Parts: sequence; C-alpha cells; structure tokens
Amino acid sequence: MPKLKVNDIEVEVEDGLTVLQACEKAGAEIPRFCYHEKLSIAGNCRMCLVEMEKSPKPIASCAMPAAEGMNIKTNTPFVEKARKGVMEFLLANHPLDCPVCDQGGECDLQDQSMFYGVDKSRFKENKRAVPEKYMGPLIKTQMTRCIHCTRCVRFATEVAGVSELGAIGRGEDMQITTYLEQSMQSELSANVIDLCPVGALTSKPYVFEARPWELKKTETVDVMDAVGSNVRVDTYDWEVKRVLPLINEDINEEWISDKTRYACDGLSNQRLDTPFIKYNGKFEKASWSEVFKIIKSKFENSSKDKVCGFVGDLTNMETGYIFKEFFDKTLNNNNYDSRSDNRFLDNSERKNYIFNSSINGIEDADLIFLIGANPRYEATILNARIRKAFVNNNTKVISLNDVGDLTYSYKNLDGQTQTIKTIFEGSEEISKEIISAIKPMIIIGESLLKLNSAEHLFNIIKNFLMKNNKFTEDWNPLNILSCDAATVGNFDLGILNKEKNLLEELKSNKFEIVYLVGQDNLEFNKKEEFVIYQGSHGDKGAEIADIILPGSAYTEQDGYFTNLEGKIQKAYKASYPPGEAKEDWQIINELAEVMNNRKLFNDKEELESSMFNYLKLQQEKRTAKNQEKRNLEFQNEKLNIQLKDYYFSNVIARSSKTMIECNNSKFNIKSTGTEG
Amino acid sequence: MSLRRPAKNQPEIFEFSSSSLEEANKVVSKYPKGKQQSAVMALLYIAQKQNDNWIPLVAMKYIAKFLDMPYIKVYEVATFYTMYNLSPVGKYFVQVCTTTPCMIRGADKLVEACKEKISDKENELSNDKSCSWMEVECLGACVNAPMMQINDDYYEDLDKEKTVEIFDKILKGEDPKPGSYRGRLNTEPENNRKTLMDVKNA
Repeated sequence: MPKLKVNDIEVEVEDGLTVLQACEKAGAEIPRFCYHEKLSIAGNCRMCLVEMEKSPKPIASCAMPAAEGMNIKTNTPFVEKARKGVMEFLLANHPLDCPVCDQGGECDLQDQSMFYGVDKSRFKENKRAVPEKYMGPLIKTQMTRCIHCTRCVRFATEVAGVSELGAIGRGEDMQITTYLEQSMQSELSANVIDLCPVGALTSKPYVFEARPWELKKTETVDVMDAVGSNVRVDTYDWEVKRVLPLINEDINEEWISDKTRYACDGLSNQRLDTPFIKYNGKFEKASWSEVFKIIKSKFENSSKDKVCGFVGDLTNMETGYIFKEFFDKTLNNNNYDSRSDNRFLDNSERKNYIFNSSINGIEDADLIFLIGANPRYEATILNARIRKAFVNNNTKVISLNDVGDLTYSYKNLDGQTQTIKTIFEGSEEISKEIISAIKPMIIIGESLLKLNSAEHLFNIIKNFLMKNNKFTEDWNPLNILSCDAATVGNFDLGILNKEKNLLEELKSNKFEIVYLVGQDNLEFNKKEEFVIYQGSHGDKGAEIADIILPGSAYTEQDGYFTNLEGKIQKAYKASYPPGEAKEDWQIINELAEVMNNRKLFNDKEELESSMFNYLKLQQEKRTAKNQEKRNLEFQNEKLNIQLKDYYFSNVIARSSKTMIECNNSKFNIKSTGTEG
Repeated sequence: MSLRRPAKNQPEIFEFSSSSLEEANKVVSKYPKGKQQSAVMALLYIAQKQNDNWIPLVAMKYIAKFLDMPYIKVYEVATFYTMYNLSPVGKYFVQVCTTTPCMIRGADKLVEACKEKISDKENELSNDKSCSWMEVECLGACVNAPMMQINDDYYEDLDKEKTVEIFDKILKGEDPKPGSYRGRLNTEPENNRKTLMDVKNA
C-alpha cells in the first residue's frame, strides 16, 4: 500500500491504483477525457497532467501508477499552464458549433474548457473536417467534433465484446469508424453515446429534441428485461424523451441495453387513451362509468368459476397484488395466473425461481453452465457481466446449445436433454468439472422450464448440486434466468394457480370472462368469451378484447418490480398516462368499488403496506406444495431455445419505431418507404 | 499527407500464393501460440508484395481470418502505416525522397521528372498503367542524395536527366541498373578518400 502526498495531503492507496485515483481520494479533482473507470487506460488526451516532484515534465496521472513517496501537486501554476496548453490543442480542431450540438449542456469538453481553458484561440489555420460515419440507426456521428479519446473503441472491444470500432489513419487525420462503416452489431452499442465526452457520437433518435436543462429527470428502474437496470427517465412536457443509465454496481454497472434506452418512443405510440367497448366487431369510445357498469353486469351474470384472469410481463407488483386481491375478495375465486406458457415452477422455495448467485456473483464464479439460455438476448446486461468474468478471470463457459455469438467463447454441447441427464448423474467429464469447481453457476433459461420433462431435469440438477455440497452459506449455484420484468414479482406474490391448468382450460374455451392485465402473450382461439383487457398499448391483447381499460406504462405510475435476483426496486412516476388512462391499481380498485360498493384499499400507501405484509408472511411460511400434475418421467427431447424477437419482446418495444429500425439494420432490411 | 483511403475498385478475391503462404507461416511461427496477431504487419507486407504493391480490402479480411483477429484491427494497421498502399500503384512504384538532404541536393528536379514522365499527380498511374510515383520521407540514403526507390531497389546520385533516362527504360519495359548514377560504389567518397588516409582498412 503506497503512501503519497497530494497537495500536501497524505493518502494511502491500494496497490495498482493510479496517481489519478490517489488524487481523487485526496479530494483533488483531475480533468480528464480519455480516462474512464470501467475501461482500460489509454493516456492519450493528456488532460490529466499533474506536477510530480523531481519530474521536470508534468505526468499523465491516469497512466502513472501511484508509488511510495510521490509528491503530487495539482493546483500549481505549472499544472494550470499544462492544462491550458492541452486544452488549446484539443480545441484547435474542434468546431465551435456548441449552439447546434446535442451534447451542449452536458459536454465534458464544454465544461472543462470553461474551467481550465483559455478564452481566446490562437489557431489561425484551417480546421480539420472529417466526413460523418454511418454507425447504425442509434448513433449519430459528427466526427469533426471527435477529440480521439478512443473511449468508444475501448468500450466496443472490452465491454461489448464486438471489435467493430477502430481508429484509422494517424495523427491529425485519425478517424474513428466501424469497419467499412457498417452498423455496430451489439445490443450495448448506444452506451458509446454516454461515453463520448464531446458531441461526436450523439443519439440519433433524440437528435435536436431537447436541451438537458429543460428536462425533468426521474430516477427509476427499467422493465425491458428482468435485470432491472437502474435508469434515469428524462421527460419534457410529460413526453419521455430519453432513458439514460444510472450507476448501480450490483446490477447494471454503468451500462444499459439498446432496448432499455430506445424503446421509450414506444411510450407515445399505439397508446390506449380512453376506454373502449366493442360493438359488432368495432371499438367505440366509452366512459369509465359505462365500461364499469357493463363489466359489473357481466360478472354478475356468470358463475364465479367461469371467470379467469392473467397478469402480464410488464405489470408492477402493486397491480399484480390488487388484481389478486380483486379475485380473492371481490370475485371469490383463484383462477388467476401470471404465466403465459406451460412453464414449470416449484414455488415451495423462493430459491427455485430466482438468480441465486446474484449478478455480482458472476465475477466470482469459476464455471458457468448455460442450459437453455441465451443471455445475450434474454438479459443483455447480465451477458456483459459474464463477458467481464470471462475476460478478467478466464471463467470457463459451457452452453448446452450452440447459441451463436455471445461475445465470448464457450464450449457448446449437443442440445439434447439426455446430455443434461448424463451430466447431472455424474458420469461425464463436465460433471467432474462442476464437482471440482468451487463456485459453479448453473444458469437455467426459461426454454428448459417449458420442456415436458422440465421438473425431472430441474430436480436432477438440484439434487446433483446438493449431493456434491455446492450449496454453501455464501454460494448458491442454481440460477433461473427470467426474461420479463414482472416474472419474479408475480411469483413472489403468488399470482399462480397450481391446482388447475388455466391455460389448458382457456384453450378449450371453458371460461366465460377473461380478464387480462397487460397480458399480450396468450395464445387461444376466442369463441364466446368476454375479454376485458387492461393495459397501456393496443397490441395483441387489446385486439381480442371486448372491453378495453386504458392503463399506464412503467414511466407513468409508481410501482415495484422484483428483478431476476429477487431484488425489489421501485419504478417512479416520470410522466402522466395519456388521455383518460389511469394508473393500473386505481382501475382495479374502482372496479371493485363498483362491484361491491367498497374499495379494496383506501389509497396507494395502504396497498403498499398490505403488499409488503403479504410478502413478509410468504417468506416466513412457504407451504405451497407442488401440486401441479406434470410428467415426472424423463423423455429425451431436443432443447430449442425459444427466443422472443429481441427488439420486439414486449408491447412497448413493439410500438417503438426505433426498435423496428434496429431490427432492420440487424437483418439488413432496406426500408422501402412503404412501411407506413 | 491526408488520410489514405482504400481504392474504389476492389478485387473480389484474394488468397496467398503458395510461396506467400509459406513465408506467412514462417513469420507466424516466430510468435508464441495465441499471439499470432503480432504477425499482422509482416503479413500485410507479404500481401502487398504479392498483389502488385498494394493491399486490397479482401486481403485485409483474408489476413484477419488468417490470424483470427477482428477486421477493423487489420484495417487500423493498414491505414496507419504509410508504406502500405491501399490503392493500385503500378508495377513500378517510384518513391522519391524529398526530406532535407535530398531536397538540398535537388530532389525537386526528380519530382519534376516524375510529373513529366509518369503522371501529373502523386499516386496516379501513368498512361500505360505500369508506373506511379509518390514523395516520401527519408529513405536513409542521404549520402547518395538525391535518390529514389523503385520497388525494392535504390537509384542514387541522380539528377533530372538521369531520372528521365531511368523512366524511359522502365516505360520500355527494361530494368535499369540500381545504385549510384555517378559511378560510385555504394557510399564510398567520390574520387579519393579525404580522411583517415593512414588507416589501411578503413
């Protein structure tokens, strides 16, 4: 642990840290462009120059390891002059187009030149001009503004794992580009926009939309996948303009996926803004009291076990809980479920359906075995973590299926369930590797849980790990990779029906009334059923509905979500639902009042405290036995990974134009102008 | 020197010839296993030699696959170094040194000769597509200034007339003799030695 002095303050830093980090520890701010905590050190912008005793020249603090006895000065005229000099060179070729630059107001170069720069330019020569580069539908380039910090290149190579960005040419003529200007094939590509310290890479969908100081910023969580990335939602006039990542070292570090960032334009398309009733196959606008009255009479005129309800993939926990309460208390039945497929679930223990090793745990693991999962598309941020573990610790990754490029190399097996069986009966080479691993991770995807022999396989995997003492106090190797934001929360709330197979009954048209809350993924042939759809977007669910109740999206209501690790996080209201749409819990609460003349909850606080009480009780006594009638026999099947279309995995993404463009650029679909 | 761009007309395929392949494998074998990327510069040079002194994009792709590295990394290297030619340069590739010592000794006359005999502009093919020329920085033969390099050979102690003579020969398809054009052997002093007279073996 070297001790050094920074501006006469003694600091002791860990081995391997740099002078820049030591300065930060001592409270001295160092300006920088190329240095970024999460990326490798480049040392090419020279903005972080500091004075070191006995060194005739200033040193680049980001690239100099802190050493015993150093005496660093960061506030001397010498340092000030060095910074001014560097700044002047950086600005020599930088255009003065801040008034028309989207980065203006949140630009590192702008801020730092105000602070450390000189107010006049001595550069009389012509400025360099660089042609714009095409980098796909998300990244707008204005390469004349580039200061060659290479953060984007390092991000693409190191974190995203796609070596597609590079710096061509040299010296003043250096240019950042993708290989032959193809679009960047990564689900993390748009993070380079945040990394760019100037306005060279800016957001294409957000171009000229707003200035950062005009936006209302709300810190919330994302619902595009089950990871629960922490995000900041920026709104202007109640329209969500953009989504940016927040730092959460336990979940998303500093990155978010492109879907998280850019599906937000789906929040203003295809919205349900008023209640609708279907007359003769056509939807007509109606008032809330009308639709409630019709629903009431429908409920009253059908027997209670002919009613069923399904909760969707983006609903928050409050809505799920009040929905359950509505069925339990107002309708007196338990025909509700949150699963839209024949997925196996043993909810006798919470550990059976969450990602137990935790996202941070990935970095400690020494063996990762993916069964029926493609983390690149199912949980992009989690995949970036696996890549980090692979790069830093050389963690071995095995996948049962060949799932294509995961941005790291892995060993793939034949994709047969027989292989899973033989491995977890302990007779294979891989079995020995799992046994000898100290912290193995078995990641089970939803595709496995949908198989006929899912229960059998799940149990042999669990028993094998148990038998070999892989469950310890600080390590649980069994991980379920959920795909949707609401999945784990709904399971925690017990929005399940274990006695009947509701889906089968729905498919054989046994119900008279079907109540869907944000559930768009059910596949059944509608016959005589009366379908009530409550949700935010006019999608598959609304299409088959007889009555539409307009609800809110995740940015328009406060609501809890439990991520795949079982962490409960709150999404905050950043905007208002459109038109006459209401918050989801409110709709169900008012419906209950119409039905019984009594609200289920007086206000949101009561709902929340009741919900947390329920969750607590559930954790204490989880008695629900696994009563599902399932095939316990083993049968050899081919495990096919059923991927939802990555860019169209939920209603918001399906309504987003940007997501369509991303999909087109991925599959090289040329737009014809007739898409509508 | 502006950014050098890959040529517009690119060939469709590129493959190492058997002799190039042998040479390439020899270079790769010099590096430890897993570090074969280190051979990228040598391989680009081999490709350039094989392909009439220039590197097409397919060759970069081919080398990237050969060394198991991303295309962009090879592209970066090829655009960084000025001695890799990214567009066709002609069978006879003339590089005229115009750094200070040559310039003082009249390199601009050589450039004039190039403009007259080969093409008006740098990096442009001559009428019969066999020649192109460019100005380069010091080629390390200052003692014999002014000089130029044609493919692998140095032509030294030139003036305008002699340069034109060389070009005439080249355009006729003959191979002019490399080396000094004032009758010197290598870099020995003209006429007689003027220093170290008493040292026999100097």
